[in-house]
Amino acid sequence: MLKTLRQIASVGIATEPTPQADDSLRIRDGLQEHIRRVLGRALCIRHLDAGSCNGCELEIHALNNPLYNLEGLGIRLVASPRHADLLLVTGPVSRHMEVAVRRTYAAVPNPKLVVAIGDCGCTGGIFGESYASCGRVSNVIPVDVAVPGCPPSPTRILQGILAALTRSRSQPSASANGTP
Amino acid sequence: MGAPSWRESSKVQPGGPGIRALGVSENEWRTIARDLAAGGGRLLGLWGDRDASGTSQIRAVLLSEHEALLLTLRLRDVDERYPGLEDLFPCASRLQRAVADLSGLHSTDPDLRPWLRHGAWPQLYRPLVDGAIAAPLDSQVDDYQFIRVEGDGVHEIPVGPVHAGIIEPGHFRISTVGEKVLKLEERLGYVHKGIEQRFTQLPIGEGHRLAARISGDSSVSYCWAYCQALEGISDVQITPRAAALRALCLEIERIANHLGDLGALGNDAGFAFGLAQFSRLKESLLRVTHDALGERYLMNAIAPGGTRVDLGAAGRVQLEACLREIAREALSLQRIYDEHAGLRDRFKGAGAVDAPLAARLGMIGLAGRASGQALDLRVDLPCEPYAKLAPVKCGRSEGDVAARVAVRFDELQESSRLIGRILAELPPGAHHVPVPLPPAEALGIGLIEGWRGPVLVALQAGEQGTIRRCHPHDPSWQNWPVIEHAIIGNIVPDFPLINKSFNLSYSGHDL
Repeated sequence: MLKTLRQIASVGIATEPTPQADDSLRIRDGLQEHIRRVLGRALCIRHLDAGSCNGCELEIHALNNPLYNLEGLGIRLVASPRHADLLLVTGPVSRHMEVAVRRTYAAVPNPKLVVAIGDCGCTGGIFGESYASCGRVSNVIPVDVAVPGCPPSPTRILQGILAALTRSRSQPSASANGTP
Repeated sequence: MGAPSWRESSKVQPGGPGIRALGVSENEWRTIARDLAAGGGRLLGLWGDRDASGTSQIRAVLLSEHEALLLTLRLRDVDERYPGLEDLFPCASRLQRAVADLSGLHSTDPDLRPWLRHGAWPQLYRPLVDGAIAAPLDSQVDDYQFIRVEGDGVHEIPVGPVHAGIIEPGHFRISTVGEKVLKLEERLGYVHKGIEQRFTQLPIGEGHRLAARISGDSSVSYCWAYCQALEGISDVQITPRAAALRALCLEIERIANHLGDLGALGNDAGFAFGLAQFSRLKESLLRVTHDALGERYLMNAIAPGGTRVDLGAAGRVQLEACLREIAREALSLQRIYDEHAGLRDRFKGAGAVDAPLAARLGMIGLAGRASGQALDLRVDLPCEPYAKLAPVKCGRSEGDVAARVAVRFDELQESSRLIGRILAELPPGAHHVPVPLPPAEALGIGLIEGWRGPVLVALQAGEQGTIRRCHPHDPSWQNWPVIEHAIIGNIVPDFPLINKSFNLSYSGHDL
């Protein structure tokens, strides 16, 4: 126990300043301002692997490390879509996951946000569309924010999540881009 | 084992070191497999393809002592059933079912259920034979026949494919009495995204990019195995500097994954302190890797002919210091883990697979080494620079979660020692040589000991720089069925902990 306490004391607080939202990642403006404000104080995120290579998962995990300290921002990764405000979707959507992705999306209570993570989530990536892959996430469910990268860094993912929450100044109205 | 009779007729196969090839008859297919299984051999991969004339063939790579053997069995026609290997290598069952799903070739073994095909494409469509299709195929309703456990008080818990954490999708059917698990049946294939077909659409000089994305946590392992196969058939020798840099990347990948797992295992046992500490260490390694080699995860570091990146003097110093610090901190954290009563209680005896069972099931890689299966390609079948580096095998015999944790701690120290040596002795010179196009039909086998276990990539060239066939094999194929045994008699709440202690790949398995 003493060793544990000594280790905690010697490391101190490792958390770094929060990055700014990156509005350029937003492809759709679905939520009204007041809803964003409510969600923004305590956001619950459900991660959904729709067919990823598991690279993006590694960086989503990193968001919970002490340096990014996601929970310190009031943002929590939760165990059920029914508890979630936002779906964080990785991978091209494999055809075998298509039904599960639709059902998970349906299980998230309204109003809901979707952030597609990684090159595959944004465009289908190197896997593209085939007999086994539906390609990008927005081919299957509506996507609000798309964060490219292979895999995107935790900072980029966080900027994407924050962009889903903050209203864009340059894009006041919904755009059709990214809807199925 | 003595010198077996097939030894003389086999010939050297391009790719990794110590790989020999042999065309076999149906009889030899079984007898050689039986001989090797009896001598403690392992099945490293099994897949179907076609020769230049279009004849279907079934291939297997078997690992014996200090040698890997590629067996090729030509089938007279596609409807002919080839002899199954399930009784010799239990992991062959799912591999054979996958071959039936993707190549339309069937074995004589009894389990005829589809494995990777859930109904997204009809049984008549063979993705690796019939080629790509323009429009999506009609998907069918999937009705998979799980094996039911019946009796008084038996309760069935279906889990997944979407799990309650940041993990990949798969389905687990757990039959319990009270809290105790009677049986676990896995259903995988949810993240099948057509990787093998996709390979055939890429130029052979680009395939390594897809290889690096088969299982993101093992991108270096796959990328190296792919390049090793390609360089073998192109008759290219990489420079000593390139080999050293590749080993550096591979050991960084191993340490990063072990740090992540050690933290997650502490967390799964209710010790959040462990997750905070190890994820902090992992983050420091990723940042230094980014500074030294350009990426947090080395998805693009290795390329055919060597490496894409070189290591500068500043990066070398940074990496050296970072790894020394990680090794030091990991040692003191290991002491905390060892002395923590709560962790010991959860780790000890959980998900135990003893050595005889591990041998019978053909367990492999890190989890195998924790169950007394001392196989490590870096030692047994070393490619450059491992022969010179002389890595030490780490192992335990208890085969429980505690043993798999201990092996990770040991390997972390060993890998940081190896990196220290690599950095100290980094050879000068070029880190890249040009790779000419390989001759059409040439087949190379890449074999690399990734952090999870041996990764195999079988790469066959097509005409003018195309890929005719590429089959990647993840060590998870061998170890997924073992979890079904490891969980028996444990309680349901220990399943996540046991599963995490194996940390197998879904994407690498589902392809």
